[in-house]
Amino acid sequence: MSRRDPDEMTIAPDGRPLAEQPKWRRDFPIDVPEDHYVARREFTKFLALTSFAFAVGQAWIFAKSLLGRHRSFPELSVARLADLPIGGSLQFDYPGPGSPKLLVRLGQGELVAFDARCTHLSCPVIPQVDRGRFHCPCHQGNFDLTSGRPLSGPPRRPLPKVKIELRGEEVFAVGVAESTP
Amino acid sequence: MNGRSRFSRAQRTSILSGIVSIVVLIVVLQLWLLTATINAHLGGNLAVAAPAAAASLLCFVLVAGLLRYVYRLDR
Repeated sequence: MSRRDPDEMTIAPDGRPLAEQPKWRRDFPIDVPEDHYVARREFTKFLALTSFAFAVGQAWIFAKSLLGRHRSFPELSVARLADLPIGGSLQFDYPGPGSPKLLVRLGQGELVAFDARCTHLSCPVIPQVDRGRFHCPCHQGNFDLTSGRPLSGPPRRPLPKVKIELRGEEVFAVGVAESTP
Repeated sequence: MNGRSRFSRAQRTSILSGIVSIVVLIVVLQLWLLTATINAHLGGNLAVAAPAAAASLLCFVLVAGLLRYVYRLDR
């Protein structure tokens, strides 16, 4: 009598021999250890696909950062100084439509401009010049009015700063500065 | 499965469990790397994207190598 290779034997979940199993299980036997092995192997395959997706995501961010590094910004006339009182603010789109920015006049020749969207969940921020901050009403986030750094609330990243130039009486937006996380 | 493998099924199952554990660790590391890179990228920090992409690619190569080994186990 030849001994069977243990790897070829079908093992039921309770471990008892096939002869002691009910008829339905003898008719449709499930090799549980083999089932476990195949399930783990398929799971490893799924994880490899997930790993590939993460690597592609990283490559996409890298490609975007390469494009962003060589990005040039147009010059845009934003406002005339006479039209913006001290303590006043003005919203404009820069560098293109759908990118709202806020220009705030802090003093005689002192102007700042930042992205108008909160870095938490993109709610519009409100300049509160008397309190020295931009306030996000959605989750009570606050940013410093002069630097754009987060002061309190959920935001962790500063508001992106718009580079502005004062040429005579006219205010120009000339670029968006890189911010640090 | 066909008896030609160097290892018995019990041994292969143990090896596979170890490989799954390592792969899970690598994938979790990649997930952490991706979230940290997205956070830095949104914050305007473009310098981290290149080393993070290289690290993630290396992780994928490791995972692909382990998967290849898993399939070779069955031969």
